[in-house]
Amino acid sequence: MSDAVLTHGAHAPASTRLQHHFDTMAQQKEAVTLGMWVFLVTEIMFFGGMFAAYLIYRMWYYQGFVAASRELDLVLGGINTVVLIGSSLTVALGVHAAQTGKKQQTVNYLLLTGVLGLAFLVIKYFEYSSKFDLHAAHHGASMIRLFPGAGIFEVTGEYAGIASQMRIFMVLYFALTGMHALHMIIGIGILAVITRMAMKGEFTPHWYAPVEIFGLYWHFVDIVWIFLFPLLYLVNRHG
Amino acid sequence: MEPTIPLFPHQASTVASRVDNLYFFMIAVSAFFALVVTLLVVFFAIKYRRRHDDEVGEPIHGSLALELLWTGIPFVIAMVMFVWGSSVYFALARVPEEALDIYAVGKQWMWKFQHREGQREINELHVPVNTPVRMIITSEDVLHDLYFPSFRVKTDAIPGRYTQVWFNATKTGTYHIFCAEYCGTKHSGMIGWVHVLPEDEYQAWLGGTNTGESLAQQGEKLFTRLACITCHNPNSAGRGPALLGVWGHTVQLANGNTVTADASYVRESILNPTAKIVAGYQPLMPTFQGQVTEEQLLALTEYIKGLAAGQPVPGAATPAAPAAVPAPPQ
Amino acid sequence: MPSRHYLNHPTGFKSWLLTTDHKRIALLYLFSITAFFFLGGMFALLVRLQLLSPAGALMTADAYNRAFTMHGVIMVFFFLVPSIPATLGNFLVPLMVGAKDLAFPRINLLSWYIYVVGGIFAIGSLIGGGVDTGWTFYTPFSSMSSNSRVLTGAIGVFISGFSSILTGLNFIVTIHRMRAPGLTWFRLPLFIWAHYATSLIMILGTPVIAITILLLAFERVLRVGIFDPKIGGDPVLFQHLFWFYSHPAVYIMVLPGMGVISELIAAFSRKNVFGYSFVAFSSLAIAVIGFLVWGHHMFVAGETPYAALLFSIISYLVAVPSAVKTFNWTATLYKGSISYQTPMLYAFGFIGLFLVGGLTGLFLAAVGLDIHVHDTYFVVAHFHYIMVGGTLMAYLGGIHYWWPKITGKLYPEGWSKLSALIIFLGFNLTFFPQFIVGYLGMPRRYAVYPPEFQVWNVLSTAGATILGVGYLFPMVYLTWSWFKGKPAGDNPWDAKGLEWETTSPPPTFNFDRTPVVTEATHMYGHPEEVKVV
Repeated sequence: MSDAVLTHGAHAPASTRLQHHFDTMAQQKEAVTLGMWVFLVTEIMFFGGMFAAYLIYRMWYYQGFVAASRELDLVLGGINTVVLIGSSLTVALGVHAAQTGKKQQTVNYLLLTGVLGLAFLVIKYFEYSSKFDLHAAHHGASMIRLFPGAGIFEVTGEYAGIASQMRIFMVLYFALTGMHALHMIIGIGILAVITRMAMKGEFTPHWYAPVEIFGLYWHFVDIVWIFLFPLLYLVNRHG
Repeated sequence: MEPTIPLFPHQASTVASRVDNLYFFMIAVSAFFALVVTLLVVFFAIKYRRRHDDEVGEPIHGSLALELLWTGIPFVIAMVMFVWGSSVYFALARVPEEALDIYAVGKQWMWKFQHREGQREINELHVPVNTPVRMIITSEDVLHDLYFPSFRVKTDAIPGRYTQVWFNATKTGTYHIFCAEYCGTKHSGMIGWVHVLPEDEYQAWLGGTNTGESLAQQGEKLFTRLACITCHNPNSAGRGPALLGVWGHTVQLANGNTVTADASYVRESILNPTAKIVAGYQPLMPTFQGQVTEEQLLALTEYIKGLAAGQPVPGAATPAAPAAVPAPPQ
Repeated sequence: MPSRHYLNHPTGFKSWLLTTDHKRIALLYLFSITAFFFLGGMFALLVRLQLLSPAGALMTADAYNRAFTMHGVIMVFFFLVPSIPATLGNFLVPLMVGAKDLAFPRINLLSWYIYVVGGIFAIGSLIGGGVDTGWTFYTPFSSMSSNSRVLTGAIGVFISGFSSILTGLNFIVTIHRMRAPGLTWFRLPLFIWAHYATSLIMILGTPVIAITILLLAFERVLRVGIFDPKIGGDPVLFQHLFWFYSHPAVYIMVLPGMGVISELIAAFSRKNVFGYSFVAFSSLAIAVIGFLVWGHHMFVAGETPYAALLFSIISYLVAVPSAVKTFNWTATLYKGSISYQTPMLYAFGFIGLFLVGGLTGLFLAAVGLDIHVHDTYFVVAHFHYIMVGGTLMAYLGGIHYWWPKITGKLYPEGWSKLSALIIFLGFNLTFFPQFIVGYLGMPRRYAVYPPEFQVWNVLSTAGATILGVGYLFPMVYLTWSWFKGKPAGDNPWDAKGLEWETTSPPPTFNFDRTPVVTEATHMYGHPEEVKVV
């Protein structure tokens, strides 16, 4: 059955990065890239469950979703969107720099990506903390404290009739954006490791796969936000 | 009453024999294919047993014709089963118009049955024979499931919703009631008996256990006590829509949609009034969430249902002192 | 036996706990999965002992509720889901595709550690008194009412899911990118096709239960939730999310078993599986269609009739590829050269028992009938026929078949045949009566029951005892054979397959030379003789 032979472990020149169970660098890169894509598919399914819940409740509780969505800070959310898209640009530029062997550029772009990512999280922190204050609603005569925890959530006045609906929205808001933020934090952690590798000059045009597949992950996290932003912040804003 | 080793449940409803016939059909088909495959496997295993150590089998690639055959035939049989199963399901899902409504509230760990005439039962249910009965079911806490094996029907009791199941008991007698959705510690204790009585005995039972007040009458009292009447004056529109004749009809909502005024709509309107505002009205109604029990909601529903006929459901023949209306939960 | 192979080199504790060799990782899984199997089995025995008497023979209802829950949680998440993929799959996938290891060996090791951590949480929940929600964790009982260690148990399940995802990811990339020269898709063993289809389900389905459990945990811990009806949440939404994974999960459990059976029947008939491409595509069809039937668990949970009918018809569709496989396996026996060693006995047992299990699934897909038998012992019997009569038999068959390859030793054939027989008989005695008592109306998860159901319960418990004894036998003789068994030689079955072209046990990097594949799988006899009927 196995007639011809290939000598095992034929290495490409200067490829100390070739892992033993792969035959060629090309095979390794393809495997690693496919692996990241498969992982991203699992992430789509992970967020998908929450999106499904969101869509169902939005259909049932549209009024409450409109009211709660109006209470989110459109300015901060908008800034965050720009920040994140910007960071996708910087990481793509970083991948290109690694691909073309420009070490300092690579480091700079990766650092910039990290800074933008941190900026996103800081803005998120301010958004979240405002949900713990009792304050007047922007529209309608109501006093609201929107963090949906038992004993914390409070909605009085005009919105009282749809308080439950708003609460469900807020649960989904925190679940979705919280999961997203967790993925960002993990991403920034990995980015730190990769930036350090870039600083040590470990990436060459022959081997920059970690930067590229990190880029894939980062783009995915960005795309999730691009779905979250309109779904959460822009419910019936024109109305 | 029960045989010592029962093999098969009682067939005590109109639908039971239909369910059982489907069951027997499926057993027959399954037994046939199981037998055919088993016999073939045994036959081949013996006929083609290895006779010497280096014997190999004959390499046969496959056969498109056979593949189509044994894809097509199972598919057709499956579709027959689907159609038959669906047909039985329609019989189970379509409640006859004239069905007698009885309410069931499941709670950890008992079944509370409420007849429209006012009788309450716990874990025991009396029904008349040869009469379609619809159970309208909800739960006070977690999921339960009201199961009558001898009638072949069950449905989940879901908190926050009404579900329904109907049966027409064909044999007098006493049969099991089980809870068939795990609900905690005493799930296996949440059982009871349904007593199927001849019509006259059923009426006698109704009369003999009367509380003097039908469910609708209880609802009427509540309607006043909870001040619903201040806005929903039954005869003319106040701050809230008129309820006379609303039951069963289509209601136009403020958001342009329509909804049928059924038990679920009434329940939602009491617990979450701003969810579906009627067109032309303001969202003024306060919520009664936490102030009414499930049984009180049923009483109010019965009262509103009765407004369609122009008068509430009559109570017992001999008026006795009205039973105290249960206080709302603390 | 070769002097140096993956078992004896390198040596030392650390070389096992930090191994990246897929074969060693498969053994790490084998030991942990076996441990969980016996733990889950112990709970099964407790359940069956309790049900000897209508009034409850052994424990309080509360203890019973924990016993059946832990049985389900452990068996589903810590035994069945990983069983064949993490042991036989991990061991064989690289060998069968002619590779030196899986695509991501370190991720493979990580997946085992994740499994162990998940298992520690499960055991933690057990030590804390166990979970009492049923393995299905339905809300609002699990989120609002249960006093048991729901969070710990749920976290254990959550964590173990990542082990599953990483295994599936590894298999997909390996099968796509690391096949030996000449190994085209349609020359792959059916075991590989089955594991590929399984891996698709693992990566697509498991994340959904992850998020479902997370949402449940939020609701339980923070009392914020979307399943609480008192604040407008929908408890039935939990069921949709839960079953969206858990139905495909049952195909994660059975597809690898079908892959094993294809290999066993081919090897012990000494011919290729009849209708190879149909069997291969059936695996994919089951994986895909399996994602569309989750609502058949919810026919009485307030589903609209239209949804019910839709889920019903698709459930019938998903049965067809399984039927196709069964007929193809049977046809493989025609003009084969059949021997009756233990693995083949398990394959025969699988066909019979999976047939019963699969056919009774058709009963449940008929909505009108399901309403009566839903949440009764009929369902319990159905899924045990598939999981135990199917998957577990296939698992045991596969363990026996590849035992010589894994260990280099032969197991004792007499004892193994006896065990297979005891297991087969014990199994049927345990679960067939449950069909009867289920149709009679005995609900699931009952700690006590009406007296007229007792006969069937006693029979079932008798069977369970026999079955339990039957499972102990392989534990003993397989362990014995590890140390004292006869050396197996490279290919004791004279079977075709890349795994048989290397030594038993294989060297660490599997092949001394990368194999080149020139023909389809299980080609006994000359290729020119291949007949199209």
